[in-house]
Amino acid sequence: MMKFTKEHEWIEAKGDEGKIGISDYAQDQLGDIVYIELPDKGKKLKRGDVLCTIESVKAANDIYSPVSGEITEINDGLDSKPELINEDAEGKGWIVEIKLSDSSELDDLMTEEEYRKFAKEEG
Amino acid sequence: MTQLKNTALHSEHIRLKAKMVDFSGWKMPLQYNSTVKEHETVRKTAGLFDVSHMGEIGIEGKDAIAFTDYLVANSVDTLKNGQICYSPMCNEEGGVIDDVLVYRLSNSSVMVVINAGNADKDFRWITEHQEGFSVEIRNRSNEYSLMALQGPMAEELLQRISQIKLSAIPFYCFTHGRINGIKCLVSRTGYTGEDGFEIYVGNEASIPLWRKILEVGTPVGATAAGLGARDSLRFEACYMLYGNELTEEITPVESGLKWTLSMDKDFIGKEAIAERLEKGTDRILRALEISGKAIARHGMEVRNGKDIVGWVTSGMFSPTLGKPLALAYIDKGHSKIGSEVTVKIRDREVGAKIVKKPFYKGSVKSKK
Repeated sequence: MMKFTKEHEWIEAKGDEGKIGISDYAQDQLGDIVYIELPDKGKKLKRGDVLCTIESVKAANDIYSPVSGEITEINDGLDSKPELINEDAEGKGWIVEIKLSDSSELDDLMTEEEYRKFAKEEG
Repeated sequence: MTQLKNTALHSEHIRLKAKMVDFSGWKMPLQYNSTVKEHETVRKTAGLFDVSHMGEIGIEGKDAIAFTDYLVANSVDTLKNGQICYSPMCNEEGGVIDDVLVYRLSNSSVMVVINAGNADKDFRWITEHQEGFSVEIRNRSNEYSLMALQGPMAEELLQRISQIKLSAIPFYCFTHGRINGIKCLVSRTGYTGEDGFEIYVGNEASIPLWRKILEVGTPVGATAAGLGARDSLRFEACYMLYGNELTEEITPVESGLKWTLSMDKDFIGKEAIAERLEKGTDRILRALEISGKAIARHGMEVRNGKDIVGWVTSGMFSPTLGKPLALAYIDKGHSKIGSEVTVKIRDREVGAKIVKKPFYKGSVKSKK
């Protein structure tokens, strides 16, 4: 099940493994994405740490980790095709996979329904 | 807070589902679909921009030419009626108040086109300096809409609906006439590095003209284009953006605008500029090619080893060249073309090479 942050990141977790990206609303706000400064595999993050930086034609934008854990996989495809995030932010445009150190952090995030409502109000 | 202004084309932008942004006191279209696609469209065919936020100041009277010549660095006196010049308008220290276009309408009338963000400041500056000149100064910004059709196909497309012979308008010249029956002033000018026209039209006629141009352009792929593409296009062509490359603290000598300086006449800031020209400047505006894919942005430090040797004024991913590029002021001694420097991007030092300007030369005409 997908969960979302107020900063427009999503995480889809199964047990203690999760996949992280940014929401479709976020990619639309950023505009054309031209580069993603990806983290290294094995990097340990606390919830709220900068996960990566996304450069759009407009500006550089920090993306924050919705949970604490260790990065186990990065989406290599983004290096040559950063526009994957524009095309499919909540699918093929995922950014990293993470091993969660505390699955209970997920409880603090918004459900998809709550998030869509939140994003609509923000827009 | 002052209320944001809408251009006369606002409802068209909404209809085209543009992403609207606040820009210098105006609600303006940033992009309609994708900044990169709009950029490419202008490079390949043509794009239509609403740039009605630009201001127009009318200077009329017996001394209109002499007064404008005193205000700006370039020569208005040597222009013929129907010609335009680009010029910095400087303060006493030689810093740039604004960069403007001067349209010489007649021997007693000019139109000065100014940046939206500087409109109030410019009007104040101009009226403060009129003493001793027989002129009438009017801020006419709210009377006109301004749209720009830019791209290699601009002339062909516009000619289909124009009663003016566009091929007879040389670069940096203008004429009065009708497009699709609508009275307007058309100049062969622009801010994209491509050939094209800027069209000044009364607000009431702007929507029909906008729609007509898009109607003839759509079958060949021409589209509306937003401020995002305008910025990336001007950047590749290495045109100055006020607030980035030009400020009140930097003279045109550093900015690579020596060609606009008419040193055989009197103008505000001339003495300070003459001194810079004679002694040389401490820094100069350079073009940088950035290694890798990270993007150098406005304000980032340029270094050579441990020394800070400059700062980035504009930087972005160039859609045409497919790599990150930047403009930067770099200290003399480190500014030789071909030299290697670094840019501090977040916590990393990224390599960069000083290259010749511009990054890209499009279909834009040159002055004969």
